[in-house]
Amino acid sequence: MAATKNKSKVEKTIVLSIMLIGGILVSIPFIWMISSSFKPESEVLAIPPTIIPDNPTIENYINLFTNMNFAVYLRNTIIIVLFSFLGLLFNAMAGYGFAKYDFNGKEKLFYVVLATMMIPGQVTMIPVYLILNYMGLTNTMAGIILPGLAVAFSIFLFRQFMTTIPNDLLEAARLDGAGEFFIFFRLVMPIAKPIFAVQGILTFIAGWNSFLWPLIIANDESLYTLSVGLSLLQGQYANNYALQMAGAAFMVVPIIIIFAFFQKYIVEGFTMSGLK
Amino acid sequence: MKPFKKRHPFLFIGPAVALLTLFSLIPIVVAFVISFTDMNLKGLADWSAIGFVGLENYKELFSDSTFLKSIFNTFFYVIIGVPLVIICSLSVALLLNYGTGKIFNTFRAVYYMPSITNIIAVAVIWGYLYNTEYGLFNYLLSFLSVENIPWLEEPTIAKISLIILAVWKGIGINMIIFLAALQGIPKSYYEAAEMDGANRFQVLFQITLPLLRYATFFVTVTTLIGWMQFFEEPFVMTDGGPLDGTISVALFIYEEGFRFSEFGYAAAGSFVLFAMIILVTMIQFKFRKTDTEY
Repeated sequence: MAATKNKSKVEKTIVLSIMLIGGILVSIPFIWMISSSFKPESEVLAIPPTIIPDNPTIENYINLFTNMNFAVYLRNTIIIVLFSFLGLLFNAMAGYGFAKYDFNGKEKLFYVVLATMMIPGQVTMIPVYLILNYMGLTNTMAGIILPGLAVAFSIFLFRQFMTTIPNDLLEAARLDGAGEFFIFFRLVMPIAKPIFAVQGILTFIAGWNSFLWPLIIANDESLYTLSVGLSLLQGQYANNYALQMAGAAFMVVPIIIIFAFFQKYIVEGFTMSGLK
Repeated sequence: MKPFKKRHPFLFIGPAVALLTLFSLIPIVVAFVISFTDMNLKGLADWSAIGFVGLENYKELFSDSTFLKSIFNTFFYVIIGVPLVIICSLSVALLLNYGTGKIFNTFRAVYYMPSITNIIAVAVIWGYLYNTEYGLFNYLLSFLSVENIPWLEEPTIAKISLIILAVWKGIGINMIIFLAALQGIPKSYYEAAEMDGANRFQVLFQITLPLLRYATFFVTVTTLIGWMQFFEEPFVMTDGGPLDGTISVALFIYEEGFRFSEFGYAAAGSFVLFAMIILVTMIQFKFRKTDTEY
C-alpha cells in the first residue's frame, strides 16, 4: 500500500510539473504583454530585455487616452456588448419557442436554423455587406450590431436546455392566469439561469472582441471599437511596443478577470450541452 | 383567445428567425447569384452595370495563381495544424483530468485564456514576440546559439509561425470539450481495469481513448472546418505576405471582396471554399461509418 502511495506521489509530481511547464509556455505572451506595458519606450527595446521593468511607468496607459481616442473606442465597444445582450435575449426566446410550443413547420424551421451554422462566414460576408449597403446602414452603429445579434448555436443550446423544463409547471402557471411573456420572464428565465450564465459570458467575450465586422462597416473613427482602434494604433505606432502592449493589455485584462470569476460556468455549460 | 394564443410561438422565435433569414439565408442566395456576375464597385452604385458572366469567375479562379497558392497554403495549415491542435488539447485535457482542486482549476483557466483573447491583441503581442531583432523568441533562442530566425519574413517559416500561434489560440476550446467527455467516463471502468492489473498506458489506450471516440470525432470535424477557413492569423499578422506566402483561401476571398471590391469574383471563391469544406466533412463522416462497423 505504501508503495502505491509513493508511486502515485511521484506520478502526481510529474503531472504537475508538466502542467506547470506547459502553463508557463502558454502564458509567456501574457506575462510579456503585462511586463512590457509598464516599461518606458526606451526600455522596451533594450537587449537583454528585463522581465520586471527597471523604471515602471503607467505613462503608456495614459497615452492610450490622450494620444489615441481609446475613450471613444471603449464607449463603442460597450454599446456593442449591451446590444449583443439584446441578441442573447432574442436567442433565448427563440430557443424557448422551439422547445415549448407546437406550430406548423416547427421541425423544418429548426433544421433551417441549424443549417445556417454550417455556412462559412466568408460566403455570407460579402452579401451581408451588400444588403446593409442597400439598407443604407454602412458606416452606422446599426450596421455593426444587427448582423451579429442572432446566433444559431446559441438558439440550439437554449432549446436543448429549455426542453428539460417540465410542461406541467408552465401549464400550472397558465391556469393561474399568467401571460406567456410573464411565464417566460418570471418563470423560465430563473430556471434557465445556468445556460444564461454561460451564454452571457460567451456573448460578452464575443462582443468585447468584435473586430472584423466593425472594421468592414465603420469608416469613421467615431465608430471604431477597441480592437479596430488597437489595430490602428499598431499601424500608427509600429515601433512603440510599450504603447502597443498597453493597448493590448487594456483589451485582454478585463476578459481575463471576467473569465477568472466565471470559468466554472463555461466548463459546466459544455458538460450541459451534452458534447460527450 | 385561441387565435391570439397561436401567435405566441411566432412572437418568441420571430426576432431571431427574422435576423437569421436576413443575415444568413438571404445572403446565401445573393452570394450564389452574384458569383455568376461581374459585380464590382460600379455595380454597387448602379445595378444595371452588373453583367451576367456565367461560369467565367469560376474558370478564372482556377487559373489565378494567387488563388491556387491560397489553396496550397490552406492545406499546409490544415495538414500540420489540425493534428497538432488535437494532440495538444487532448494531452492538456488528460493532464487536467488527473486531479481536482484549486491548482487544476487554475491551470484550466490558464490553458483556456488564449482562446478568449482578442485577435488584434494577439497580433500585437505576437508581432512583438516574433520581431526578428527585439523579439523575445529570438533573444531566448540566442542562448541556444540559434541565429536570428526571420519568423514572419520567410514564406515557409511564416506559415509555421502562424500555425504555432493558431495552435496556442486553439487549444482552449477543444480542451474543454475533451475535459467534459473525460469527466463523463464512469469511474467503474477504471476500477475494473485496475483490478485486472492494467497499467497506466493500457488504461489510456484501451479504455480512455476509445471512449473518447465521439468527442474526438466532434473535435476533428469542427477543427477541420475552422482551419479550412483559416483567416484571422494571416490577416492580422502578415496580411498574406511575404510574397503571398501565408495567404489562405478565406483571406483571398476577403481581399478580392473588400480590398479590390470584386464582389462577384469573391463570391465565386467563397463557394469553392464552401464546396471544399462540405467535401472534406463528408469524407470524414464516411470514414467514421466504416470505423464503427468494427
